Amino acid sequence: MRGNVIQSDSMAAQGYSSSASSSGSSTTNLGDILERVLDKGLVIAGDIQVNLLDIELLTIKLRLVIASLDTARQVGIDWWEEDPWLSASATRRARARDGDGDSELEEENRRLRAKVRELESGQPGKSRDDERG
Amino acid sequence: MMSAADRPGIWVYALVDAGDDLTLPTVAGVAGAPVRTAPLRGHGSLTAVVSDADLAEFGEDALRSNLEDLDWLAAVAQAHHGVIEAVAHLGTVLPMRLATVYASEASMRAAVAGREPGLRAAMDRLRSRTEWGVKGYVAPAGETAAARATTPQVADDAAAGSGMAYLRRRRDALSAQRESWQGAADGARAAHAELGRHCAASRLHPPQSPQLSGRKEAMVLNGAYLLDNDRAAEFSAAVAALNDSDPRLRLELTGPWPPYSFTAQDA
Repeated sequence: MRGNVIQSDSMAAQGYSSSASSSGSSTTNLGDILERVLDKGLVIAGDIQVNLLDIELLTIKLRLVIASLDTARQVGIDWWEEDPWLSASATRRARARDGDGDSELEEENRRLRAKVRELESGQPGKSRDDERG
Repeated sequence: MMSAADRPGIWVYALVDAGDDLTLPTVAGVAGAPVRTAPLRGHGSLTAVVSDADLAEFGEDALRSNLEDLDWLAAVAQAHHGVIEAVAHLGTVLPMRLATVYASEASMRAAVAGREPGLRAAMDRLRSRTEWGVKGYVAPAGETAAARATTPQVADDAAAGSGMAYLRRRRDALSAQRESWQGAADGARAAHAELGRHCAASRLHPPQSPQLSGRKEAMVLNGAYLLDNDRAAEFSAAVAALNDSDPRLRLELTGPWPPYSFTAQDA
């Protein structure tokens, strides 16, 4: 899937009804589609009761989406509307996973700060912890 | 109407208004099944867009395990979306969440029974409107700043002791990255507020991970915006202007989308 690009004004369709072709899908990628069809859309209980929130599909969802959440919280952008996928259990499971990406970075950050403090405390007059936070 | 499937069930893609003079395009549904309309009796002109779905593949147990298979999920999701998108070209559409399956048309009608007012209201709210997406990423310029902070200063390092210097550089790099993320997040918040002035409704979705977005830059905005169709160009221009004016943030416009993000409210 190629990435999306900024669309020029002339490319902006006026909505489906007047767009010349079904070219909309050319600007969509699988991630965007999955996000929408799994999470959004009208919910009317079916005979086939597969609750997308409960089943292990959640592991896919976690792999794809939740990996970004710790990062988001760190920089204060956890300001989206409540998302059932991100329920308490989901968050717990995300945290229970081995950290990768940014959570790993954060952990490294903590370790390094501790190490810096340790080193600095070994030097006369440098024992004060001037790390912020 | 009977399918060749051993245990035919019904997969529902969307609800539409047959008053929109619906002539279904020839588009294959999930598992390549032909798509048809199924009137919802007692719901005026509300009509479901469905296909037969073999319950051996789409029944509860099968579905539960098939949904674990990312390749299967991707194919089904794209087929589901493809039908909804094709139908959206014809008129107002209420997209159903993936994996809405019934044992029969009769039980589908039973499930929808009594919901017409809410569905009608949703239909009216979405008429002549289209969903667009805007994703915002930390601008590559932020990475440049972070990279600069990690550039070795060889002479200083030799003097200061490489261990300390490494730790300091590493800390500076982390700090620079944090700052670029923070700046982009601030920009995203402002951009979302500005874009809200051009749309009928907006929703914020959680930012996608790099694995989902396919981009290595951190995503800081994942918004959905419901636009009057005649304001699409204006909105696109607003996105472009915001993109030009804020160097911290890189914005991308996606769409048009069927109104996935705006069906839930009244339904």
